[in-house]
Amino acid sequence: MSMAPTLLSVEDLTKSYGGVHAVRGVSFELHAGEILALIGPNGAGKSTCFNVLNGQIIPDSGRVKLLGEDTTGKKPRVIWRMGVGRTFQIAATFPTMTVRENVQVALVSHGGQLFNLWASTARHARDEAGRLLDLVGMGAYAERPCGELAYGDVKRLELAIALANQPKLLLMDEPTAGMAPRERVELMRLTARIAREQSIGVLFTEHDMDVVFEHADRILVLNRGTLIAEGSPEEVRGNAQVRAIYLGEGLLYDARHREGASA
Amino acid sequence: MAFYIVQFLTGLASAASLFLVASGLSIIFGVTRIVNFAHGAFYMLGAYVAFTLTERFSGAFGFWGGIVVAALAVAAIGVLVEMVLLRRIYHSPELFQLLATFGLTLMVEDLVVLIWGPDDLVGRRAPGFKGAIDFFGQNIPSYDLFLIVLGPVVLGVLWLLFQRTRWGVLVRAATQDRDMVAALGVNQKWLFTSVFALGVFLAALGGALQIPRDAVNHAMDLRVIVEVFVVVVIGGLGSIIGAFVAAVLVSELNAFGILIFPKISIILVFLVMAVVLIVRPWGLFGKPEAPARRTPGLTVNPWRPLTMNERLAAIAVLVVAAALPFVAGNYVLTVGSEIAIFVIFAVSLHFLMSVGGLASFGHAAYFGLGAYGVALLAKMAGLPMIACLLLGPLLGLLGAAVFGFFAVQLSGVYFAMLTLAFAQIVWSIAFQWVSVTGGDNGILGVWPEKWAASPSHFYWLSLGIAALAVVILRIIVFSPFGFALRATRDSPLRSEAVGINGKRIQWTAFVIAGTVAGLAGALFAYLKGSVFPDNMGISLSVDALVMVLLGGVETVSGAVVGAIVYKALNIWLVSQTDWSKLVLGGFVVLIVVAFPKGIVGTLEAFLHRRRKSSSAASPVLTSRIETAE
Ligand SMILES: Nc1ncnc2c1ncn2[C@@H]1O[C@H](COP(=O)(O)OP(=O)(O)OP(=O)(O)O)[C@@H](O)[C@H]1O
Ligand SMILES: [Mg+2]
Repeated sequence: MSMAPTLLSVEDLTKSYGGVHAVRGVSFELHAGEILALIGPNGAGKSTCFNVLNGQIIPDSGRVKLLGEDTTGKKPRVIWRMGVGRTFQIAATFPTMTVRENVQVALVSHGGQLFNLWASTARHARDEAGRLLDLVGMGAYAERPCGELAYGDVKRLELAIALANQPKLLLMDEPTAGMAPRERVELMRLTARIAREQSIGVLFTEHDMDVVFEHADRILVLNRGTLIAEGSPEEVRGNAQVRAIYLGEGLLYDARHREGASA
Repeated sequence: MAFYIVQFLTGLASAASLFLVASGLSIIFGVTRIVNFAHGAFYMLGAYVAFTLTERFSGAFGFWGGIVVAALAVAAIGVLVEMVLLRRIYHSPELFQLLATFGLTLMVEDLVVLIWGPDDLVGRRAPGFKGAIDFFGQNIPSYDLFLIVLGPVVLGVLWLLFQRTRWGVLVRAATQDRDMVAALGVNQKWLFTSVFALGVFLAALGGALQIPRDAVNHAMDLRVIVEVFVVVVIGGLGSIIGAFVAAVLVSELNAFGILIFPKISIILVFLVMAVVLIVRPWGLFGKPEAPARRTPGLTVNPWRPLTMNERLAAIAVLVVAAALPFVAGNYVLTVGSEIAIFVIFAVSLHFLMSVGGLASFGHAAYFGLGAYGVALLAKMAGLPMIACLLLGPLLGLLGAAVFGFFAVQLSGVYFAMLTLAFAQIVWSIAFQWVSVTGGDNGILGVWPEKWAASPSHFYWLSLGIAALAVVILRIIVFSPFGFALRATRDSPLRSEAVGINGKRIQWTAFVIAGTVAGLAGALFAYLKGSVFPDNMGISLSVDALVMVLLGGVETVSGAVVGAIVYKALNIWLVSQTDWSKLVLGGFVVLIVVAFPKGIVGTLEAFLHRRRKSSSAASPVLTSRIETAE
């Protein structure tokens, strides 16, 4: 994994809101094709990191580089065009359109057709949209109004949208929140498969430790805005500080326990 | 030097009333999240009631008593309005709230004329402040000095009220977080009612205090509401300090603008507002708006292009409409042309409002600019009609490009207020720049050339252009650009995250809508043979909003139906009654409260339900329909 080129490098990110240090001095790297988990308790600063990475908020200090190019302070739409797709903690889609149209919008944008006033969108990249929807298992829902989908399906649609620009990097903020346990495992397996096949780097956050330990190549642990541990799943599981933070929640223990039981 | 100081003091005195009204609007908005368009109407009512009380009943209350009782009486009317109307629409999209309170404004305008008559009323001077003070040879009315002191005093009283009373603490808490107050077990209903009453009291007091300075008339509501919108856009909605600072700023700009641009003094205010919007889009003291409640959101029916059968039906309707000259007389044809023109106008607003999610309250500006474009080209440059029709709308395009650039920086209620203010600015220019626009007298003698002069020919011309406009806009709705525009409306977050520059898309949509509106205005100039400032007036902007609403905001082509029904009704109504604003206003309120989906929307919902229930019986049919969508 370390042989792959550095896709994303984050140096000393800091962002505070008033007196609250949402993120403090966070640095890490992500390689192409690597699946990196960013975990931490509620309010640790995970979403803030994601928002800095895709340009949604501008950090107080620090730098973000994508394939060597500085993206700090660039707009989300510019960063998207550089090959970064993302999903949101609270899914964001276009509720008045059909599922297929949702993906078509992203494809239209990717194809540079946004100011085309004349063509019919219905015919634009129809098959391409269908292929992406099949990929995430939403093919059967293509003509449904997006506003009528179950939340888990909206999350999958979001993944299809995020894949529309053939990203090099996927940012997924709690991709499986609101899903049933079985669905969670399926979605992450799917994501992992796509990432390996297309050599996409994935940064994701997740409260379900089963999902994290099963799929992450490496884990970053964030607590109150600072990184307190980093390493392989085994290393992180063994880290005393991490255990201390999670002990109250019993999550690590549970994860290992369940893993042991299923093995 | 003394002259400038006096000018400055006059500005400060004008700021007092403006501040009262603006702070009332801000307080109401802070708690209820409603931008109360009827605030100007309450201001006007305050002035009228105070006039009556100080003239007829001055024995009972004295002058000052009359002023205060007038404000209290109007506040009581406000309470009634809140309980009967606003409580029904607190959860409606903000567009509907603006429209409902605008409908109220229309009703009040006619009621005021019914009660007090159409003429200006000159009130008496305030006892004790009748004279003027000599200031190095310049006169300052002593009443102005009173107002200059009053402004800061009211600001102080409001501050004490909000900082030192339990009620004030609750109001501040509700402004921060409405649900929290509900959780505290406070009776939210009455909190809202009392806040509304206070806001209306301030507006009415502002109006009542104007009577020693200005004549009372039935157009003062719109004049003040536009200024107040400018004030809250600059100062920031919801901030009382912001209202104070901006009221002073706007009044001073007005006072000195007259010296710098005597003809078009309002330009200076516009320039300052533009700068503030670029530097601080939420106003000097405002906070970024919470994500807007979606204007659409009554249904989740995805839009789809017409099927072949529907297309044939539309063509059949067009053919029938085109046959009208063979059966109808000249009057009907002229009405038909006017309706066709308003179809163009309505679909242009619909494009901005339903597709783009940007409800413009000043769309008439671009209609009027198109009309003036034609009139100026025809009268001054003497160009042929075809050239005028093609070039005239470009003035609408130009105006939309300039104003749209600023307007799309904002959204929701700010967008509505800003577009209204822009339209009022354009109106003032047409009104004040007499040497070019003819001012109030307008430009006359803009007649079509011979080939289009007969009512039937002009009707065919209008109908043809209307059909073309509808088709072109529909094509754009379903084009990649149309989807990008809807995407920006549906989720600014997601669309930005898939590479869409939402502001640029919305700006383009604004320009398209403005140009098409300009085209409608261009035809209208030829239909009427003249143009007047009222061709860009507020009531025309609202006509367009009502047409879209009546047809159905969430439909693809409801505006066409809305325009036909509304315009026909309107023309008929104006010929039947002198109180068309009263009826119209009541009609607007009724649609908002009882009929928010509009004609086409209701029809669609009905068909959708029927399809759903019949599809339960036949699964084969379902799959066919679903793929058709
Ligand atoms: N816009 C904001 N204004 C003020 N404080 C904020 C803002 N956004 C985040 N914060 C604060 O910053 C901290 C980090 O928030 P963030 O959303 O990044 O956490 P998170 O790790 O994603 O939490 P969760 O697991 O709940 O999603 C929190 O204390 C939060 O309250
Ligand atoms: Mg989060």
